[in-house]
Amino acid sequence: MSDSPQATHAGTGSAVESDPNAPVDLPNRIDVNDLNIYYGAFKAVADVSMTINPQSITALIGPSGCGKSTFLRSLNRMHEVIDGAYVEGSVVINDKNLYGPGVDPVAVRRKIGMVFQRPNPFPTMSIADNVLAGKRLNSKRLSKTEGAELVEESLRGANLWNEVKDRLDKPGSSLSGGQQQRLCIARAIAVSPDVLLMDEPCSALDPISTLAIEELMLDLKRTYNIVIVTHNMQQAARVSDRTGFFTIEGTGKPGKLIEMATTEKIFANPAMQATQDYVTGRFG
Amino acid sequence: MMLTTDHLDRDRDRDRDIGSDSNGDITSGELAGKGTFAVFGGAVVLGALTWLPSGSVNWARWVIVTILAYIIGTYVVSRIVESKRHATDRLATAVMTSSFAVVLLPLVSVVWTVVERGSNRFDWTFYSETMRGVVGEGGGAYHAIIGTLIITALAATFSVPFGLFTAIYLVEYGGKTRFSKRVTGLVDVMTGIPSIVAGLFAYALFVLVDGPGHRSGLAGAVALTLLMTPVVVRASEEMLRLVPNELREASYALGVAKWRTIAKIVLPTAIAGILTGIVLSIARVIGETAPLLITVGIAQGVNYNPFSGRMATLPVFTYNSYAFPTLPRDASLDRAWASALTLVIIVAVLFTGARILSSILKPKGLK
Repeated sequence: MSDSPQATHAGTGSAVESDPNAPVDLPNRIDVNDLNIYYGAFKAVADVSMTINPQSITALIGPSGCGKSTFLRSLNRMHEVIDGAYVEGSVVINDKNLYGPGVDPVAVRRKIGMVFQRPNPFPTMSIADNVLAGKRLNSKRLSKTEGAELVEESLRGANLWNEVKDRLDKPGSSLSGGQQQRLCIARAIAVSPDVLLMDEPCSALDPISTLAIEELMLDLKRTYNIVIVTHNMQQAARVSDRTGFFTIEGTGKPGKLIEMATTEKIFANPAMQATQDYVTGRFG
Repeated sequence: MMLTTDHLDRDRDRDRDIGSDSNGDITSGELAGKGTFAVFGGAVVLGALTWLPSGSVNWARWVIVTILAYIIGTYVVSRIVESKRHATDRLATAVMTSSFAVVLLPLVSVVWTVVERGSNRFDWTFYSETMRGVVGEGGGAYHAIIGTLIITALAATFSVPFGLFTAIYLVEYGGKTRFSKRVTGLVDVMTGIPSIVAGLFAYALFVLVDGPGHRSGLAGAVALTLLMTPVVVRASEEMLRLVPNELREASYALGVAKWRTIAKIVLPTAIAGILTGIVLSIARVIGETAPLLITVGIAQGVNYNPFSGRMATLPVFTYNSYAFPTLPRDASLDRAWASALTLVIIVAVLFTGARILSSILKPKGLK
């Protein structure tokens, strides 16, 4: 348990310190200010402020129950789907506060897509219909050719086209777990969002499917602002540009953002002792 | 070392001799399929012995003694041949199989009796003619079939939307609010309403509006709606709750509004089960006699208008033909049985239809 001298030294500085390549001034940057997230009377996440850069992958790591998934869900207002859940603070993207007055959560979710932990294609729909679900359910009329183009484009975008192009009319649930997850990604990017949130997208998948999704994420980050929650620290180290570490002091206490910096720094030379302990496996 | 091994060997031999579960031995005797059949055969013979001396078949005693002897016999034989654990297993199996057989008996008996006696008048005349001007033999139940179909269809048109929307409210919007809990409680109370009370309520309601002596198919449909709605609510509620929350969230995350998510994702996923529930609820009310007796009465001829006048329905027609037979008595009774058979056939057709429809509509990926 030898403390690295740099970590101790840096630990005296500010916890969430800025790094050389942030914040970048491009569209779709997300600025989170003093976000407090509640489930009824229970405060799940306290005082989170961070900047999420566009055209990059931001990973959120931390122990179970530390509020990282809750935080992710608050970025596209999915948090409030749960009874009694609400948020204080602001999430600003393109000069608009998502929690400002008059903001329609449904419209927010069209701009900020989400991929879930377990692949969840709609069981009543074929592969092609699953991809088009976002457009169709939002009552956009698509001509046959438009639909076919969007299906191909999205499935190519999700690296799935070659595997399913001959069976687009088969049910989505006929695919393997990894393919289903890529189908869900295709479904999410078919509505052309600005940001893609991923909540442990590989935790239900085998290593090969995980690799496929990770390569896909590296492709997608050229177009989208990607935020990923992961339990797999190697994954965070492999794919992300910046990493945020959340933790919790004890049960019943709110989760907090301990440190956020470039992934390199978090894994090699974190500012905080807690981060160091977690990324080196010495945590609790 | 040698001593220990010897000791173990001896233990093992002893265990094998008594065929016990004692540790060290993993083999035990086995009661083959033939063995259980032999026990069952013995039980049947033992049951027969209880009535054989008297010379006349006593079915009830035969069945009861056979079942008891089978259960006890299986346990005892298995205990001797196999082991205690096997015996307990076989005892549980025997009890469950016997319970199933006991429950099945009345069903088989009812179907058998209805088909046997109903087949006397299972002819074209019965299904194409009414009772208008019929004295004695002949006549049919065309008017009653039409009446039952119209009234049940009306009741379904009322209670399916009411029931389905209530279920959607409870599952998708109500959550754990006090109001939604009250609604659930009231639905439970409604499930327990005796059908005669529903009939009296509907009758009283129409008397208030139309004056005393009101009789119409509509009043009957209202009474049936009262009985049917809670069943639809319950069945649909269960099915909607089975839809994984992940699908709703997936839809919300695509920026789909809540009502669209319900209409396009939740309902299509649950539709197979909801349909089965609706058919079950129709089967529940289609045989109701008491409320229809009060609100609709009985007619000799066909009445296509549910908004005024008496109508014949199959249950009431059955009851009437059986309780107040005209001469010759047998002709009336045959009509009653044929009418009952028709009711059973309608329910069977509805069930088969719902099965086929729900297997078509069932989400393809779900097993």
